[in-house]
Amino acid sequence: MAKVFIYPVNSLILADLVERYGHKPLAVMNQVREKVTNISLDSPPVNITPEDPKIGLRYAAVEVPPGVRGRMALIGPLIEETEAAIIVENPPTNFGCVGCNRTNELMKYLVREKEVPTLEVVYPESEEDAREFVYKIAAFLESLPKEKDKVGEKKGEEKVEEEKAEGQEEEQ
Amino acid sequence: MTETKQEEITKVIVISSDKVLPVDAAMKIYESEFPVTVKETCFGLIVTGPADDVLEVVENIRQLDKNHIFVKDRGFPAGDERRCRASRGGGPRPGFHFLREEVKMLPAIGAALDELEEKEPLKEKTEGKGKLKVSDLERIIEAELAR
Repeated sequence: MAKVFIYPVNSLILADLVERYGHKPLAVMNQVREKVTNISLDSPPVNITPEDPKIGLRYAAVEVPPGVRGRMALIGPLIEETEAAIIVENPPTNFGCVGCNRTNELMKYLVREKEVPTLEVVYPESEEDAREFVYKIAAFLESLPKEKDKVGEKKGEEKVEEEKAEGQEEEQ
Repeated sequence: MTETKQEEITKVIVISSDKVLPVDAAMKIYESEFPVTVKETCFGLIVTGPADDVLEVVENIRQLDKNHIFVKDRGFPAGDERRCRASRGGGPRPGFHFLREEVKMLPAIGAALDELEEKEPLKEKTEGKGKLKVSDLERIIEAELAR
């Protein structure tokens, strides 16, 4: 199971497709949940802790508008976990919480810098485009390592450890 | 002995199906007796509860029409005062606009998933209008009759 970063970060279609093919979508909703349901926060709806601006500073300098740093405080940690990414160009709506173009550019730049497997597709506007969009994403997601592979690796590691332990017992 | 409370999660279920209505999905959850909170909305359902229960409920609902029911996480729990329209004086809730844009594309995405399931190869883009295939016509008639 790979952790797949999605752009737009709150996309229903992408989050669903990633989950459908057995991977974990890295969506901003989970980060928001941690913020808004954490009882240690003093004053919701102002859901920011003194730590958040510091996290944002890891990705954007102090001269950069605070909105970029605030958004990066949520999205930056997701990019660090990324094992693969799907970037959709020209999504129809870029306003509200995902409406900051500077953040979006920075986000895409950081993902590309990471050099993880990345699929870049254009947002579909017709049925034909939608078919191509889904087929490309499905093929990409199927090419990513599945949970079984990792379990297999773990089992292999366990076997090696067991053999080592047996060898030590025999020596004793 | 201390009891550890399981993490609560919220999922948005968007139903773009000709066979299943949000009310059918909600009734299925009520029947299943899982300890989750369900909110019926115009686009589908919002389900909040312990992570394991919510994941199981969502999987059961998805199986009703798996290529036309879409699921994503949500940060705020169902009925949260900071987001609920009842306490904010009406109007669309923040986050609804993007969802509404995506919902427009869901029938096409669902149809593409159906085709993918049938293992049809990727067709090249055809220029101009072609003849309607019999199988496509049958699918359209079935979809219309199911309404």
